[in-house]
Amino acid sequence: MNIPIEYYLILSAFMFFVGVAGVLTRRNAIIVFMSIELMLNSANLTLVTFSSYLGNSIGQLFVFFVMTVAAADAAVGLAIIIAIFRNKLTVNIDEINILKW
Amino acid sequence: MYDIIFYLFAAVTLVSAFFVVTNRNVVYSAFFLLFTFFGIAGIYVLLGADFVAVVQVIVYVGGILILLLFGVMLTNKITNVEIKTGTINILPAAIGVGIFAGVLLAALINSDWKTLPAGKPLPTTALLGSMLIQDYLLVFELLGIILLIALIGAASIARREKV
Repeated sequence: MNIPIEYYLILSAFMFFVGVAGVLTRRNAIIVFMSIELMLNSANLTLVTFSSYLGNSIGQLFVFFVMTVAAADAAVGLAIIIAIFRNKLTVNIDEINILKW
Repeated sequence: MYDIIFYLFAAVTLVSAFFVVTNRNVVYSAFFLLFTFFGIAGIYVLLGADFVAVVQVIVYVGGILILLLFGVMLTNKITNVEIKTGTINILPAAIGVGIFAGVLLAALINSDWKTLPAGKPLPTTALLGSMLIQDYLLVFELLGIILLIALIGAASIARREKV
């Protein structure tokens, strides 16, 4: 526990940047999903870091809530991706533009 | 001692997160995501959050990663292998991420963080359990309802409709 808190925060910030870059640049919808999981993980890491350095356990409790919502959104999102794939035979997000006009 | 472990896990996490985003093969990305999740679990242990680390391994590696792999396998054309994918909007994404990174890192480094002096990490399982079932019981029940709704919704969306 003699590591400064900034190290953990910088690690989490870099994970978040990698996730943002993945969401913005990749074409495959499943990789976009994985990048969203990376961003959620970095937010969890920040919560656990502050919880540990403040000596307060509520941050760790919030991590459970975030994990539950992440599991729910992974299930629903993959179901949507599979439904779209069945109709359009592609998961590339630049070819799925049926909501645009 | 702690420093070496921290740098090891941080390197595993960041390098595999980088490969998740840059690798052109979707299956390899999923496997690099596995190493990212394990690295994060190791850092949770280093932070004294033992129960969260175990839950991270169970939920993310055992649940979400398997779900993602199923998604990869269900959305590839079996006949012509279309498993490699490309990238779009490199330049706007680079500019946006650069600005965002500069602002966030500047705020993070220039802040004056107040931290407690380091103590011996205690086991957190009993404390978290009693908090979850006493003070945050309503949230706990709501999370159960959210999971149920997500399960029903996913099954009904992904179902093959009989017309």
